[in-house]
This record gives sequence, C-alpha cells and structure tokens, in this order.
Amino acid sequence: MVSTILPLTVENIALRRRGRRILGPISWQLGGTGITVLMGPNGSGKTSFLRAMHGLERISDGRLHWSAPIDQTRARQSFVFQTPILMRRSVVDCIAYPLLLDGVSRRIARDRAAEAATQVGLAAMLDQPAQLLSGGEKQKLALARALVRGPELLFLDEPCANLDGRSTSDIEKILLAARDAGTRIVMSTHNLGQARRLADDVLFLYVGQLVEFGPASRVLQTPATPEMTAFIKGDLLP
Amino acid sequence: MNDIWQGLAQAARLIVARDADLIEIATLSLQVSLGATLVASLIGLPLGAWLAINRFRVRRVVIATMNALMGLPPVVVGLFVYVLFSRSGPFGVLGLLFTPTAMVIAQVIIITPIVASISHQAIRDLWADYHDLLISLNASRTQRIKALLWDGRRALMTASLAGFGRAIGEVGAIMIVGGNIDHATRVLTTAIALETGKGEFGMALALGFVLIALAVLVNLTVHFLSRTERGSRW
Ligand SMILES: Nc1ncnc2c1ncn2[C@@H]1O[C@H](COP(=O)(O)OP(=O)(O)OP(=O)(O)O)[C@@H](O)[C@H]1O
Ligand SMILES: [Mg+2]
Repeated sequence: MVSTILPLTVENIALRRRGRRILGPISWQLGGTGITVLMGPNGSGKTSFLRAMHGLERISDGRLHWSAPIDQTRARQSFVFQTPILMRRSVVDCIAYPLLLDGVSRRIARDRAAEAATQVGLAAMLDQPAQLLSGGEKQKLALARALVRGPELLFLDEPCANLDGRSTSDIEKILLAARDAGTRIVMSTHNLGQARRLADDVLFLYVGQLVEFGPASRVLQTPATPEMTAFIKGDLLP
Repeated sequence: MNDIWQGLAQAARLIVARDADLIEIATLSLQVSLGATLVASLIGLPLGAWLAINRFRVRRVVIATMNALMGLPPVVVGLFVYVLFSRSGPFGVLGLLFTPTAMVIAQVIIITPIVASISHQAIRDLWADYHDLLISLNASRTQRIKALLWDGRRALMTASLAGFGRAIGEVGAIMIVGGNIDHATRVLTTAIALETGKGEFGMALALGFVLIALAVLVNLTVHFLSRTERGSRW
C-alpha cells in the first residue's frame, strides 16, 4: 500500500485545557512504515497526543500538516479508543458501519464485516448485540471495525489494557499482520513487553513533552534520557 | 368495593355485547390520541434530536422552556385553544371548535413537550456515547443524525408512548374544546366524567376499565411489533 496521507508533520503543537498546557509543544514527523509505540507515565499526554493527531482535539498552538488535503485524510485513518465505543447494534453491523458510511451496499458491507470478524475470532458472535461482548471481545470488535476500511494509518490507545495474555497475543498478531499489509500504526501502551514485541520506533512522553524518540532496539536497550531510563527500570519518576 | 366489581362486570357485558356507543366512543378516543401522538412525534422527535446535537446560544433556554411546558395544566391549554378557535378568535373562521380536530390540536400542545423532552434526553445520552466514534469514522452530519435516530429508536418509541399515555387519559382540555357532544366529540375520558357526574358509577367504572385496557393494548402492540425485529435485545 502506498500511503497518500503520510508523512504527517506535527509542527510545534500544544494543547491547553483549563489554562494549563497538557501537551507540547511537540514537533515530530510521522512517516515511513511500521509500528510506533507511545510510552510514558499516566497523565503524560499519550491519549491527548493520539487524539490530537487524529483530529479529535482542538489544537491550541502549532499545526498538523498532512500530505493530502485535510478532507481526504479522515477517511483513511482510524482510531481504536482505550475504552471501546460500540454502537447498539449486532457485532456484524458494528463492523459493517464504516463501510455503509462509504456508500457500500448493505449486503456487501455485511459480507466484508463477517470476514473481518472472522479474522479477529468473532465469527461465532456475528449476530450478538455488541454490548454483550466481553471486554476482550469488544476490543477485538473495535479493531476489526478500525481495519475494515483498510486504513493507511491506524491509531490505537492502549488496545490491550485489561486483556489477558491470550487476547493480547491475538491482537498483537492482527496488528503485525496489518503492519505487514502496509498499515502505518501508532499506538500507546504501558506494557514494556508489548513495546519490545511490536515497536519499530518508540516515542516517550513525559509531562506532555516528547522526551525521546528513536528505533525501538536503541531506545529500549540504551535510553538516552534519565526519564526513559527510569521508566524502563520501573522506577518511580519524581 | 362492590362498585368496582359491578363496573368490571358491566365493562365485560358492554364489550361482549359490542355496545355500539362504547365502540364509537372508544374508537374516537383512539383516533384523537393516536392522531395527536403522531403529530406530536413528527414535531417532538426531530426537535428533541436536534436540540441534543446542536449547540447554539439559546439552547439552554429552549430546553428549560420545553421541560417547563411538560407541566402545562391541560385545562389551561384547553382554554387557550378554545379562545383561539372560538368564533371571535383568530382561527374562528375555520369552525374547528367542538370537533375532533380541535381536540387533536389541544392534545398536540400538551404532549409535544413530553415527546421532545424524553427524546432529547435519550439522544443526548446516545450522542455523548457515540460522539468520538462518529467523528473518528468521518460520518457526515446527516449520517450522524441517522445513526442516532436509528440506534435510539427504542427510546424514541418510549417517548412517543409516553405522549400517547398522557393523551389517552387526558380529560380537561378535550372537555373544553370538544364539548363532550354525543356522537360527535365524546371520548372515553369525557364520558367517564359525565357518568360520574350523573352518579352512574358502574358505567363510569366500566368505561374506565375499557380505557385502561385500550392503553395497555396499544403499548403491548407497539412493544410486540418492535420486538419481532431482529437484534432487539438491548
Ligand atoms: N479536557 C481536559 N481538560 C483538562 N485536563 C485534561 C483534559 N484532557 C486531558 N487532561 C489532562 O492532560 C493530561 C494528559 O492526559 P492524557 O489522557 O493524555 O494522559 P495519558 O498519557 O493518556 O495517561 P494514561 O496513561 O493515564 O492514559 C492529564 O494530566 C489530564 O488530566
Ligand atoms: Mg491514556
């Protein structure tokens, strides 16, 4: 897949809320291929940064520069929220919904949704109300829905929080397959093991600042900053 | 207590005998209330949904007004419609006073705020829930509204049914604008008031039971119809 919306240039963006700067200023470039993992302590701004790039947060300073006109970028990226947002519909209809928005016919959308559900192991629950799924199953549904349009760029906010080992490994496999198919992935996680297994690059946030960014092998082995070093050692940061 | 048993027995007799007057009165009751519910839903459901997802300056005022209007005393509404449609009133030429149409108009005024308020609340909650997802999926404005109305359809139905419940049991307004004219504007509630006034408690109670049965029947029918649809087990 040749990306048309990337690279995304993040130019000095900052988010201010209630008179407080909660993120930035951050400058960064999101391009190339692979999986970038966002790490950082609670409240360091991972969710805010992901949402800002996806266009869900009002940016107070700076700007985002996409490589395609802004109205074309939205449909080519998707977002998996930390707490899945599920529509009050059956599993297959939830996954089919983004396709319906694109004007795909209901029958074809449902066929493709059923396929996507099968890939994430939800084949047996197609007609169940999505709200009745378990936490892990909901996460898988959200992932299938995010992938059903074949996005060029996929954001995930702690997609495996609260999941057991088995579900985590299922989801990691799907993410690796999506990456190999050419989807650019940016995700946050608290799980160092997961970062080691998935990350091509690691981006470390600390109190709203981008403190460290580089290839996973380098950053996770020999971090350059005391904050990242401490985070990896599991020390409590001051 | 004896009166109640007699009323029940009489209700059964009237129903079994398919009493012509009873059928006429009950049918008009249904027509007026369902008509009012239909019109109130056509106004109130979109209004509620619109208020839920649009931000504008006087939104809070509109919502507060709407909630206050839920408590409108029917008698006052009846009086208001009476004045508007009486021969010397602004709409007097239409000659609608003491017709079922006037009764529908009065009931629409009474129940539209209820329908709008309940649907507003339901759609607002759903919108809070769906907001980030629908934005993220790049749904257009129309697509968002469609999704909310469709996924909120059960709550919207409840809003309509609440309106219907208020309409079918309402007596103050339709008594004034309808006049309780035999074979013209007499409905169950006004007939009950009349029979009670005459001291005919048995008959009044019988009509009361029929009224309750009708209300329950309409609710059950709607729920049954919506349950037969697939994927409705939320
Ligand atoms: N709308 C808002 N108003 C005020 N403060 C906010 C708002 N949104 C986020 N914040 C603050 O911004 C900071 C960063 O929050 P964010 O959710 O991005 O952190 P995070 O890195 O995702 O944390 P976690 O690991 O706990 O998920 C927090 O201190 C949070 O309280
Ligand atoms: Mg977060």
